[in-house]
Amino acid sequence: MQRFMPLIIFGLLVVLLAVGLTMDPRLVPSPLIGKPAPAFELPLLNGEGVFNSEELKGKITLLNVWASWCYACRQEHEVVKQLARSGMNIVGFNYKDKKQDAQQWLAQLGNPYQVVVADEDGRAAIDWGVYGAPETFLIDKDGIIRHKVIGPVSDQKNFDDLMAVVKEISGDNL
Amino acid sequence: MKILLALALLAFNFSACAAPMDAFEFDTKAQEKIFNKLNNELRCLVCQNQAIAESNAGLAKDLRAEIHSMLLAGKTEEQIKEFMVDRYGDYVLYDPPFKPMTWLLWIGPMAIFLMGLFYARRFIFQQKSSEAPGELSDEESARLRELQSELKLTDRDDAGKTDNTKKENRS
Repeated sequence: MQRFMPLIIFGLLVVLLAVGLTMDPRLVPSPLIGKPAPAFELPLLNGEGVFNSEELKGKITLLNVWASWCYACRQEHEVVKQLARSGMNIVGFNYKDKKQDAQQWLAQLGNPYQVVVADEDGRAAIDWGVYGAPETFLIDKDGIIRHKVIGPVSDQKNFDDLMAVVKEISGDNL
Repeated sequence: MKILLALALLAFNFSACAAPMDAFEFDTKAQEKIFNKLNNELRCLVCQNQAIAESNAGLAKDLRAEIHSMLLAGKTEEQIKEFMVDRYGDYVLYDPPFKPMTWLLWIGPMAIFLMGLFYARRFIFQQKSSEAPGELSDEESARLRELQSELKLTDRDDAGKTDNTKKENRS
């Protein structure tokens, strides 16, 4: 036993480091999970008027952060459209984009959003802890953030994780 | 002259490599100091191994501007840090706080080092004690007795030889 101690310690270190290798350092867990959605009032991308974050309450909503310059947003867009077709309420959050580019992007690829807000300078996104696109927040009826997807929702694991939480909160809320 | 030119070019080169700091103006020197300090203590989430002072990413630029306006609004260093942690988590801090979640992070390396020290010490002491006399196995003590008796034999031979030479000398 004594003489195997170094080997055992070495083995534990290998396991620890191997587990570390399988984790993605780009995924930074959001401290906002379980907290109320940060307030914002942003202009609509299409047409006049503003959208207030208070309007997120009352319905389970996805807030999908996207931009026309974001390649992965294009990849996930089909899945976002499918979600919308299945009856999910989705708000688009256009992040640090040019109005025309964003409008053109939606015209080209289809607009699955109930409403799209434009955060041109990215100031509101800071409050949401956004550090890239795409990111998708799941907000429950009481306006509490329940889940955050970092990266495209079209990724199978991202999609399954999101749907698991959707199921969970629609179960006890509807 | 050539050297001067080379130096001038070098200096120009360095300034071109440095992070593109946007020109921020401050009311007081103290504000500027906190600004620079925070910029180097907060991690950019896009280019994860850069502080937001060094990063050219859009988000880093936005965060620098945010820190600047918070400072002008009279916010303290602590308040700004809290603002960032509330939004991005402890991850933004290059110097994460000491709390149950991060105990392993803070204590781990020291614990492993001490464990290594402990084992090294034990290893060295074990070697020393095995060199010390008095702990021979049966086999070893048998071999020792054998060697000792051999030694005695040669002693006697030597004694005999010297006796002989003495005798020879005398004759």
